[in-house]
Amino acid sequence: MGLSAAAPLWGPPGLLLTIALHPALSLRPAKASAPPHRDYCVLGAGPAGLQMAYFLQRAGRDYVVFERAPGPGSFFTRYPRHRKLISINKRYTGKVNAEFNLRHDWNSLLSHDPRLLFRHYSHAYFPDAGDMVRYLRDFADRLQLHVLYNTTIAHVTLLKDRLAWNGHYFILTDQKGQAYQCSVLLVATGLSVPNQVDFPGSEYAEGYESVSVDPKDFVGQNVLILGRGNSAFETAENILGVTNFIHMLSRSRVRLSWATHYVGDLRAINNGLLDTYQLKSLDGLLESDLTNLAIVKDREGRFHVTLKFFLEEANQSADAITLPQDDNDNFAMREAYDRVIRCLGWNFDFSIFNKSLRLSSGGEFSKKYPLVRASYESKGSRGLFVLGTASHSVDYRKSAGGFIHGFRYTVRAVHRLLEHRHHGITWPATEHPITQLTSSIVRRVNEASGLYQMFSVLADVVLLKENAAAFEYLEEFPMQMLAQLETITGRNARHGLFIINMEYGRNFSGPDKDVFFYDRSVGHTEDAWRSNFLHPVIYYYRHLPTEQEVRFRSADWPLPRPTAIHHIVEDFLTDWTAPVGHILPLRRFLENCLDTDLRSFYAESCFLFALTRQKQPPFCQQGYLRMQGLVGTENLRQHGVESGLLRDYAAVGKRQEDSGRRPGDHEPAGHPLAPEPPVQPPDSNKEEL
Amino acid sequence: MMSSCLSVCRVGISFVMMNIFYKSAVDSLPELSPQKYFSTLQPGKASLAYFCQADSPGTSVFLEELNEAVKPLQDYGISVAKVNCVKEETSRYCGKEKDLMKAYLFRGNILLREFPTDTLFDANAIVAHVLFALLFNEVKYITTLEDLQNIENALKGKANVVFSYVRAIGTPEHRAVMEAAFVYGNTHQFVLTTEIALLESIGTEDIEYAHLYFFHCKAVLDLTQQCRRTLMERPLTTLNIHRFIKTMEAPLLTEVAEDPQQVSTVHLQLGLPLVFIVSQQATYEADRGTAEWVAWRLLGKAGVLLLLRDSLEVDIPQHANVVFKREEGVPVEFLVLHDIDLIISRVENNMHIEEVREDEDNDMEGPDIDIQDDEVAETIYRDRKRQLPLELTVELTEETFNATVMASDSIVLFYAGWQAVSMAFLQSYIDVAIKLKGTPTMLLTRVNCADWSGVCTKQNVTQFPVVKMYKEGRNPVSYAGMLGTEDLLKFIQLNRISCPVNITSVQEAEEYLSGELYKDLISYSSVSVLGLFSPTMTSAKEDFTEAGNYLKGCVITGIYSEEDVLILSNKYAATLPALLLARHKEGKTESIPLANTHVQDIVQIITNAFLETFPEITVENLPIYLRLQKPLLILFSDGSIIPRYKKTILTLVKEKHLDSLTPCWLNLKNTPVGRGILQVYFDALPPLPLLLVVNLHSGGQVFAFPSDQDVTEQNLLLWLKKLEAGLESHITILPAQEWKPPFPAYDFLSMMEAAASRRSTREGPECVKETDVQESHEEQHEDKPAIRDEPTETLRIKHWNRSNWFKEAEKSFRHDNKEL
Repeated sequence: MGLSAAAPLWGPPGLLLTIALHPALSLRPAKASAPPHRDYCVLGAGPAGLQMAYFLQRAGRDYVVFERAPGPGSFFTRYPRHRKLISINKRYTGKVNAEFNLRHDWNSLLSHDPRLLFRHYSHAYFPDAGDMVRYLRDFADRLQLHVLYNTTIAHVTLLKDRLAWNGHYFILTDQKGQAYQCSVLLVATGLSVPNQVDFPGSEYAEGYESVSVDPKDFVGQNVLILGRGNSAFETAENILGVTNFIHMLSRSRVRLSWATHYVGDLRAINNGLLDTYQLKSLDGLLESDLTNLAIVKDREGRFHVTLKFFLEEANQSADAITLPQDDNDNFAMREAYDRVIRCLGWNFDFSIFNKSLRLSSGGEFSKKYPLVRASYESKGSRGLFVLGTASHSVDYRKSAGGFIHGFRYTVRAVHRLLEHRHHGITWPATEHPITQLTSSIVRRVNEASGLYQMFSVLADVVLLKENAAAFEYLEEFPMQMLAQLETITGRNARHGLFIINMEYGRNFSGPDKDVFFYDRSVGHTEDAWRSNFLHPVIYYYRHLPTEQEVRFRSADWPLPRPTAIHHIVEDFLTDWTAPVGHILPLRRFLENCLDTDLRSFYAESCFLFALTRQKQPPFCQQGYLRMQGLVGTENLRQHGVESGLLRDYAAVGKRQEDSGRRPGDHEPAGHPLAPEPPVQPPDSNKEEL
Repeated sequence: MMSSCLSVCRVGISFVMMNIFYKSAVDSLPELSPQKYFSTLQPGKASLAYFCQADSPGTSVFLEELNEAVKPLQDYGISVAKVNCVKEETSRYCGKEKDLMKAYLFRGNILLREFPTDTLFDANAIVAHVLFALLFNEVKYITTLEDLQNIENALKGKANVVFSYVRAIGTPEHRAVMEAAFVYGNTHQFVLTTEIALLESIGTEDIEYAHLYFFHCKAVLDLTQQCRRTLMERPLTTLNIHRFIKTMEAPLLTEVAEDPQQVSTVHLQLGLPLVFIVSQQATYEADRGTAEWVAWRLLGKAGVLLLLRDSLEVDIPQHANVVFKREEGVPVEFLVLHDIDLIISRVENNMHIEEVREDEDNDMEGPDIDIQDDEVAETIYRDRKRQLPLELTVELTEETFNATVMASDSIVLFYAGWQAVSMAFLQSYIDVAIKLKGTPTMLLTRVNCADWSGVCTKQNVTQFPVVKMYKEGRNPVSYAGMLGTEDLLKFIQLNRISCPVNITSVQEAEEYLSGELYKDLISYSSVSVLGLFSPTMTSAKEDFTEAGNYLKGCVITGIYSEEDVLILSNKYAATLPALLLARHKEGKTESIPLANTHVQDIVQIITNAFLETFPEITVENLPIYLRLQKPLLILFSDGSIIPRYKKTILTLVKEKHLDSLTPCWLNLKNTPVGRGILQVYFDALPPLPLLLVVNLHSGGQVFAFPSDQDVTEQNLLLWLKKLEAGLESHITILPAQEWKPPFPAYDFLSMMEAAASRRSTREGPECVKETDVQESHEEQHEDKPAIRDEPTETLRIKHWNRSNWFKEAEKSFRHDNKEL
């Protein structure tokens, strides 16, 4: 016990220590000999773990990252097997806005260092996985992140302690028996266990993780691929040209990502097999539940697909087993296969977590992920957060939370939450006068990448101040936590709020949707709510919704019923800055929610209002009356007069004097007066002289 | 006998129809005695009589409805009468009790039907029931699918069938069908049902409202073949059915070889467009097949013609394969459509557009919402095509920003290309650059935050526009003045000198105070401030320096703290530490003691020094004077102020009579918007100059000094006293209303919810047919956006895009023509 306390904190523990520590742990060591402590422990130095490390480092927090491999991003050293990443590396967008460009950079992590952008690491639109490994290594090195490599955390348990931040510590034990005590545990281990489906003959299937990637090994073979994800299609794509045919078997229909608008579904780059299937009935897709099947091997070592049911029926030798084609001579899989390849995805590794952590799987539709709240905190133990790919249960098959370009933002959201929870730093926000509201929203919807990637998961929040005179703007808040906004952010939402979200059309996404139908796009502002493509949607709530309201909202709504809602009409160029098409309707919506006038005025108009009305519009109050009025140039004034929104008062005077000052000559403000030719200056003193 | 009558009655059908559409004034219901009534009955003519007790009240709901029905029934040759059962003339039609009175339908003097009054619940029901009884043979009422099939089979090769389903007998739809049957009953067999099950069994979905089908049985020669069916997609109204049947009767496909502009068919008269499929000899067979297919698809929606290009005398554009004629007199459109579906959708869109246009007329608010009412946004938009000389300022980027502001003293404008206010200010900024051209002051730069968002965030710029001044790249100073050329220029100019300037000799101090030292700057700062300190007063000096820094760019400040400072303090009678304020315009210098004055107070003293006792109010300076929170005593003058007035007011100021007011004057020549103000105050503009008290901060009353009085000290003082005592009445009170949204916003929430509820009813067993949604339109006017029909909406937009596109296409076609 004494030895363990004397051991250097982060040095490799000696052999002696390893032996000594085991009894020490089981005996619950006294405080004096407690294992080394860290406020934040991050499991895994993949993209999500490094991203979190970056934020912790910048905030000056006490943290460490554990990584079992000798370098970061070990997943990418082996996967994807065919080495082509399907996350796009768009190096040219025609724009210089760095935030905007992240919308089309799916590989970079967030940092302040512009050298750490992925476009400096690869020229390929679909980059090589090796470049990702190189990138992650640079990211960890350049930013000097604290990563303990070659450290496999084998076991995680809970130690109750009243004084701990969360009422307990997480005790992590590595492969050598070294223990670490952590206040907050951030699990970014990804999905590391290949998914296996158990059925008779499943042992004949080669796994994606080990199957040959050399097309030569498949020449002239009949191949059956189990699974229908990108890894299955990637495997098929690689051998499509050399096989006799490829059949692909899976429980559900193929989901094309362009139709589902989910990047995890089949991407166009991998879909060559669909061509030959549909055009020439050469290769093919089949739908069946794998658990009902069985694979039997014949004497020649070829594989036959049959039903589990037949296998159970009779206890016969391999050759005598009933095959479906015996009864049904046009059975689709009657041809024997030379290879069976399993590409069924991966699962989260639950094995290292002690039961006391109550880290359970995410339910029927996302079994492979651990169950977490919308704040990415485990439902079972406070202080345990799941980050990165493993956190995808929150938005599985919806948004991009399982992918680098999505979770780099959810990680930031978790970090902001932690900063407030443990360090009293409120969620970052900028405060503005209400006249800036329209602009603030327009700015974000046009450049924000977090909103764009994590649509319907992260949303911007506008918190109104008293009397709606000013507002705070919070970025990228996990919107399903809306009811807990005040406790999570430390900010006040008493005076109403707006939520700015990005959404696809309600009925536009799905594996069976025709996304190219005629009239799919909407151009008229009045029909903005029917927009199909990703577009900004703004929700207004007079009061912060309760947890009940969030939980029991209508099925296809991402948020509870708002007081009012606005859609900014979808735009072909995703450029929502059109003055009449985008900004004007948005302003009208905000005005009507706040019951005020948010127009901007030139100083001359404010001057007129100041002397003819007791109340001033917000723009004049916050600008002109504070000596910051917008003067405008003569040229603009002229346009104003032509448009009828401004009046040419000099002309008014002349006209009136010319016409002998007709009484009651009230011009309605909206009507411009015809420009008059200059007349001789009237004698101003005629009354007096 | 009956049928002969009917054929007589049918003469001038369309005339009758017209009468139905434009309901004429209600003819009065004749009241007759039974005897008299029976004597009027003519053989073969139908008549409806309501028998009632003579002493019954003159009006009842039923009678009102009957009255309503007189005119339409007369149009069908059916007379209507109210028969009063008087005691002397009893008739068997006269009921015993008041509430057992009935209406009877006679032909000649033969009784056809009797109706209890409750079946004739309204005018529609009356017309529907009467026609239903009279057209017993023409309209077959059926209840089973078998009945329908029997009729269909019997008529194959002989006649067509008009089959309709209405929810109940006596409904408006039933009436519409009966009216149509009256007209078309001997050309087509009408079949009517009220059984939903029957409709379902022929495969109709979404049954909630009435339906009408046309069964094309006449052309069916093979008895095993089914009759083709065409569903009328519009609501069942008399006009729609008429139009529909007319188009069903028109030939399916017509071949023409003349200028499409000249071609006209019944479709155009019915308000339906014509579609010409252009064909040439070589492809005639295929084109005819296509055209027939299109014709079936468009049956009831448009007329389809085959245009034979080869025998055509006029030129049509070479590539055009479809010609579209929207209506008579409108130029035809030549189109190139590569997909038959496009032809269909084009016609269908066109129909919807028509409908939408109709309800747009009713929608008074519609257009205004979409019209820009923000003067800044609108002026910038109108100016969008003008090229600004942006090259006069340096555009900074992420890469160049730091290096530039480090290398030279710079002014940076942070703006966003899409934000109107900052773009308006950019113009003033460029004007400043023009004015400063060639004078080496500061580097004028700009950053477009729409592009270089990161730079702006790093510089803590989160709203637009923002101007900052960087000297040696450090401690940027934010500009807080008016967003206009003059004030920014002043800020830049005054920043050429440090603030405060260190004065080193008495002689320099004198030059400074006289305005000689910074001759070119005193036009920007009418006051020069000089702090006088003995060399040991370090903390006072620090405070003053800080205040000077705070006022950077607003005023010229200097500091003098040499050993011989007493020379100056003696000369200007100042006790150290002190401030000297040199007012250049008036050529006066005053001193203010500064002992124990804090930074904020020094700033206040200097700021107040700029307030004049009787200023000319301008757009630029009003806010400063409004801060005093006092009512304005304001003299409106058309041109320079008359010295006598000025003297009067200055005298009163000096005598402290005007302490509770802010006296000022306004020159309409310099500030023409003053006229706009006077127009608000007065209905009829009184002669100028004009003296007013405007109580902006409490109550908003405006008082006018009587124009028949001379502005003398005495008169003015008396008037102000009366004002204070509440003895004067105001000429107007300024409106105190809040600034509300100028227009409503689109209520997307209710549109979405209406759509969702519609979708959920569709999912249920009873569904709304799209065409019928329009019917419900009329019933719920208030909620219009909510019930708009889905395709209609999106199509309108397309229309907008498309019409532009087609105009372009048309142009290019014309162009082609010329070349040919």
